[in-house]
Amino acid sequence: MSFSSFVFYLFALILLGSALRVITARNPVHCVLYLVLSFASAAGLWVLLEAEFLAIALVLVYVGAVMVLFLFVVMMLDINIERLREGYWDYLVPALAVAGVMVVEMLVVLGGRYFGLLEMPQPEAVAAGHSNTRDLGRVLYTFYAYPFELAAVVLLVAIIAAIALTLRSRKDTRYQNPSQQVGVRKADRVRVLNMPSEKQANGS
Amino acid sequence: MMSLSHYLALSAMLFAISVVGIFLNRKNVIILLMAIELNLLAVNLNFIAFSHFLRDLSGQVFVFFILTVAAAESAIGLAILVCLFRTVQSINVDDLSRLKE
Repeated sequence: MSFSSFVFYLFALILLGSALRVITARNPVHCVLYLVLSFASAAGLWVLLEAEFLAIALVLVYVGAVMVLFLFVVMMLDINIERLREGYWDYLVPALAVAGVMVVEMLVVLGGRYFGLLEMPQPEAVAAGHSNTRDLGRVLYTFYAYPFELAAVVLLVAIIAAIALTLRSRKDTRYQNPSQQVGVRKADRVRVLNMPSEKQANGS
Repeated sequence: MMSLSHYLALSAMLFAISVVGIFLNRKNVIILLMAIELNLLAVNLNFIAFSHFLRDLSGQVFVFFILTVAAAESAIGLAILVCLFRTVQSINVDDLSRLKE
């Protein structure tokens, strides 16, 4: 067994084991941590498939940002695990049936006997100075420039939606209203009094 | 070297695990979101495997967009979850039947 197949089987085992623990662990915090492990091993598999940029992006963006967001939310909510777990295994049989049928279907289609995927040749080795990031960037900023900008818009919408959903203004907070502040005039705030001076000036 | 079928079988198994997870954790919204993330991971693995074996970068570009949309989806999903917990004090799907009444 060559080293790359050893790496593949190791990472695949870790990926499947941690994915199983994600869906069966009792504590939601453990679920998130196992999800981090499965994402990390998937990133390892992606490096094996020479998709280096996406592997690093998966670790940075997913493990670094999205999973931390999950952890924040899971730790912030006070979850009654016992109520959520009641009747947990009730649907195991239909679930296994559906999942088994899906796997069998996919194996029939993709397993290689009928569509010749087993004869799929190994791709030729890349040149020495090859950079996956440069190639990806070249494609992304030329052919896919318009979808790329749409993806940016999607992220912007996500930011605005998330903030608008979770922002809550308290009634007892004191704050300034800038439009009122700008629109104020001198007559509203300052009153000029006409008072006689009380002290007489010297020498008169 | 691993063949394409190995990767496809792995991603099929991962997909099946996440489908079973959606069935089992049908009451817990957080774990439902995590199972959807696993689903998307399996799909991404398929895309990258094909992109590698066909020497076509379009698959990786597609994975890039899937990652973007999945990040947006989980951010909005978690925001909805926080709102939900504030109003109902629970994330149990059984408690979310208020619209029926």
